[in-house]
Amino acid sequence: MAKHHIEATVNGDAVEFLCDTEETLLDVLRDTLNMTGSKEGCASGDCGACSVMLDGRLVCSCLVLGYEVGGRRIETIEGMATGDNLHPIQQKFLEHAALQCGICTPGFIVAGKALLERNPDPTDTEIRYWLAGNLCRCTGYDKIVTAVKDAAVAMRKG
Amino acid sequence: MRYEAPESLEGAVALLAGAKGEARVLAGGTDLLVQIRADVLDPELIVDIKRIPETRKVTEEKGGWRVGAAVTGAELKEHPRLKQVWPGVVEAANLIGSTQVQGRATLGGNLCNGSPAADSVPALIAAGAVASLAGPQGRRDLPVEDVMLGPRKLALTKGEIVVSFLLPPRPPRSSDAYLRFIPRTEMDIAVVGVGVSLSLDAGGTITAARVSLGAVAARVLLVAAAAQAIIGSRLDHAALERLEAAARAACRPIDDKRGTIEFRTDVAAVLARRVALIALDRARTH
Repeated sequence: MAKHHIEATVNGDAVEFLCDTEETLLDVLRDTLNMTGSKEGCASGDCGACSVMLDGRLVCSCLVLGYEVGGRRIETIEGMATGDNLHPIQQKFLEHAALQCGICTPGFIVAGKALLERNPDPTDTEIRYWLAGNLCRCTGYDKIVTAVKDAAVAMRKG
Repeated sequence: MRYEAPESLEGAVALLAGAKGEARVLAGGTDLLVQIRADVLDPELIVDIKRIPETRKVTEEKGGWRVGAAVTGAELKEHPRLKQVWPGVVEAANLIGSTQVQGRATLGGNLCNGSPAADSVPALIAAGAVASLAGPQGRRDLPVEDVMLGPRKLALTKGEIVVSFLLPPRPPRSSDAYLRFIPRTEMDIAVVGVGVSLSLDAGGTITAARVSLGAVAARVLLVAAAAQAIIGSRLDHAALERLEAAARAACRPIDDKRGTIEFRTDVAAVLARRVALIALDRARTH
């Protein structure tokens, strides 16, 4: 079967790509658009390493078909920094050493940003529940929660 | 595999009715795409219903609420009014999966995935929700408790889809609640789930109730005896004892790695008591 021609917006840029019906948004991002920041951990929606924003909503890109995103707006980890300036969450992950192997990190950062956009001053419990779908197998959750909390402080100060 | 995203119900029904091989409806995809990836399903056709406006709306209707089958859990939670009127339905929907899954998972998908452990289904059944179906023969209404026949088995005919759910009008002093047991605090499948909806008279006596149990039988159960056990009471000790006994008697669970028959039966009784008390408390303060 011929590939489908899809037009969408990724990190503010208009993009076009060809995809097979079975390909997920994650496959498209990584293999076609060469944006490998979003990771494939489980490919079943359990680990959150592939987290992206779809029309302003946090989703697992492994659970979205590439074909579904025609005309829609996608934001990924690649769109987070402004030039050389890291987003406050990225900066705080560095400062608090909130990562070990780094595979889960883009997902945590995308999910953390989505939280802070809705709730600029979350409690530890709110952060932990919001990030329950992001798994870290090096088990650095405490530092991750601290980094998100500190990013919230930084972002509230502007 | 063919993918179609029709913009009308008629289009979706025609595609599904005309499919040669296996055809599946795609709403949030949080079950469907996982099952395709795991080779549990290999449909010839996927019909994405999210571009059909009727499946994506939450509207007031005849004093009740109509919720589109493809409205996501996150959208339900953010709805300004629904959580006040149907807190149990909204909390049940929001127990499904992670924040990421909430951004996609839908009530229609949770029901049509056909799992007896689906979290939103006991809450919808307790609420008295009626599914609105569209199919080759036209539209029909089916109470949610009649949609699922058994694991992965639905009462829908070929080409039929769940379009929306109607949550009925609420009398004053009414509320609902849902609890499930899982061995952790988040991100797991219900070992037992219980939904209760009830209404009180001005004196605080229960005048109407519906009790639904999930994950304790091949399908989610509406337990009339459990409702009868508390109607006419103020949830005093004796009524709660009767409720527990009725819940226990309705259980026909399986033994599996997540819970034994004995454990599930005990937990169903405990949860029924707790959920009824939460619903009562909410109805009093509503």
